[in-house]
Formats: sequence, structure tokens, C-alpha cells
Amino acid sequence: MAVDENLKIEMGKQGVFVTTLQELYNWGRRSSVWPMNFGLACCAIEMIATTMARYDLARFGAEVFRPSPRQADLMIISGTVTKKMAPQVVRLYNQMGEPRYVIAMGACAISGGPFKQGYNVLKGIDRYIPVDVHIPGCPPRPEALLDAFITLQKKIDAQSLTGENRPRHLNPEGQGEFPVPEQGEHDLEPPSNTLVWPAPMVIR
Amino acid sequence: MKTNEEIKAAIEAAVPGAGVEIINNPSPSAQHSLLLQRETAFAVAQFLRDDAELAFDYLSNVTGVDWLDKEIVEKVKVKKTVTKTVDGVEQQVEETVDETRKHVEPGYLETVYHLYSMAKKHGPLILRLRTANRTDQVELPSFTPIWRSAEFQEREIFDLYGIVYTGHPDLRRILMWEGFKDHPMRKDYVEPDDFEYEPTAHDAVLKRAQEHQAKAASAQNGGAA
Repeated sequence: MAVDENLKIEMGKQGVFVTTLQELYNWGRRSSVWPMNFGLACCAIEMIATTMARYDLARFGAEVFRPSPRQADLMIISGTVTKKMAPQVVRLYNQMGEPRYVIAMGACAISGGPFKQGYNVLKGIDRYIPVDVHIPGCPPRPEALLDAFITLQKKIDAQSLTGENRPRHLNPEGQGEFPVPEQGEHDLEPPSNTLVWPAPMVIR
Repeated sequence: MKTNEEIKAAIEAAVPGAGVEIINNPSPSAQHSLLLQRETAFAVAQFLRDDAELAFDYLSNVTGVDWLDKEIVEKVKVKKTVTKTVDGVEQQVEETVDETRKHVEPGYLETVYHLYSMAKKHGPLILRLRTANRTDQVELPSFTPIWRSAEFQEREIFDLYGIVYTGHPDLRRILMWEGFKDHPMRKDYVEPDDFEYEPTAHDAVLKRAQEHQAKAASAQNGGAA
């Protein structure tokens, strides 16, 4: 249910503030996205720079880095996800309370990056957990992380409380827990979660 | 610093039966090295550290190398007696014939140590150690009791090449997880077939991706039929 924009402006001039529950709810959610306090590789340095005074992530309500997954809303995968680390990352994601979001920061987190053909690097964290925003770059500049953050806020703003578009935590059938891969004899088992990541078609 | 020849002589004087061999490096770097025997390597290393003149008190680097079985093809001239008809008469004639001979030089795993002396300010001295083969006899003496800096690097080589260091205090995998079976830096390592999505593949990766696709397609067809 949307309020007519013009009506809203007119009433605002009269000192009456009109909104919808959905707008209020999403405004609250997007203005206090608390990221989880963890870094994986060099991208984490750029993430730290983003939170400092020069770039000031606090302007977007995300300055509170929580050291516990229970209190965090956003997971910034900042760096290379090794196959040794991947189960722990998925487990941390499982431990986060809904609503939760994921930003895959940098070439490594989205595809394995320069280490893609390595024996110990996961070819993108989106093989195991759903990623909301991907940022390319090696590493991405703080501006890129801010841009990803604004993109995420827009995405949260566009979510409706009911219907097809509703976020996962308002959907009783939404998946809550994602299987943690096992460290097998030759590779992670399974090598990817096909429900989250059906291998995209490549047309040559 | 003493030359490699002098060091070799000093080692052989101090450790009887050391059997040190000098391996020359023909490249411009000319970093010649000493090949030690497995049995005496530990005593030799101890001598290199404790000797007052050499005093190699700093082990800067430990590396693994994987040498595959090498097939060597040589052309040999062989004299042969051949029966031939010369001028209508059958004769035994000696002829030199070119023959290609092949033999396989067995591969081995190698560890390379770079030693320096902080006290005497000289180095590097390069030591090599070779295993008997690449499969079941892969033990080498550990230098960790002599230089503590070898500990993590030997663990890494154990992890990635599969060389087993006897005498190492804590030989566990360091990069890969417990329960991992392969040794990824060996040249015959087969990586898992996870080439399902390669949007910008080229060269070797493109080949692997195409193989993967062909396999996936045949598996799908087999499932349908």
C-alpha cells in the first residue's frame, strides 16, 4: 500500500507526517545495518578504512561492527575464502539472526579472483550462501564498498512486507539454515550448494 | 666465505662418510649447491652450524621440489656385423648404426635449504636432500632440532609435497585440513573437477571446462536414457 507522493508532500507542508508501516519498517532496517566484525584477507583493510573517519560508514548507520554473529545483520565477505575457511564462514552465516544480508567484497569473494585455479581457494562464496551485493575490484576502494552499501539499502527499501517480494525472514518457508560443507579427502563436500548456486550457463 | 669445494672438504674431514656431492648450477645465478646423503645429513647440518669458522646459524629458507620420472632418449653409435652382398659375394661387413636408447631415470622429491651465517656475515650455502623415490620412501631427516626456523617450512613441505621429516617434533598439515589426502604441489596432482562455471576461460582452464561440460552432458544423456 503506497501513499500518493503528492499527497504526502502536501500533508507534510501542513505538518502532518504520513507513512506506511512498510516504509517505516524498511527505513528502520536499512538505517541500522550492523556488519559483522570479521575480515578474511587484504579487502578487510579497505573495509576498515571505510569505517574510519575519512570515508565514515557511520553516515549510513553501519558503524557498529558486532563481534558476534547473533547481533549482526550484514556479513561482509572481505577477502579470499579458502577451502579451509569456507565451512566456518557458512557456519557464521547460519548463526546470524534474520534479517541478514551478505556483501561479497572483491574479486576473491565473488569468484576466487587471482587465486581461482588454486588448490585451496573457493571459487566464490556464493556457492554456499546467498549473496546480495557483489563488488568487483582487487581490492575494491572504500567508495566501492559504500556504493555496495547504498545498493543494499535500496534493496532493503524495495522489499515489501507481504507477497512474492517479501524478505526471507517474513516467509515461513524461507530457508533458514544452509548446509555447512565438509572438508573431504580431495575437496569440500559438496563442492557447491546447488540450491543456492545452480551453475550458470556459459555460452561460448 | 669458503668455496663449496672447501666446505665439502671440511665436512668430509669432520663427518666420516658424509658423501657430499657438489651440484653446479649452470644458469647465470650460479648458485651451486651441496647434495647431502640422507643418513649423514643431520650430522653434517650440526657440523655446519657448530663449526667455528662456518657458523651457519641462520636457516632462511626451506623449499620442496618435485622431480618426475625422466625418460632420457640418447642416440648411440653401435658397431654391428651385417651380412651384405657386395659385388655379388655375400660378406660379413662391420657397420656403425645409429640406435636410440631409452631409459627412465626415477624421480624423487627434493628439499633445498638456504643457510646464512649472521655471526660471520656470509652465505648463502645451499643444501639439497633427495628422497629415495616419490611414492613410498619419502623420508628425510628433519633439521628442526638444529634450526627452529625449519619447523613451519618443513610442515608446509610435508603438506604440499608429502616429504616425511623424521625427527620433526610436530609434523602435521599446515595449510590444508586434517583428512586431506593429496599433495597439491606435486606435479602429478589432479585437482578436483570444479570447472562448471568458467566465464572467461582460456588455455588450460578452457580445456578443463570443455572436458567438464562434455562429461556433464554425457552424464545427463545417460540419465535420460
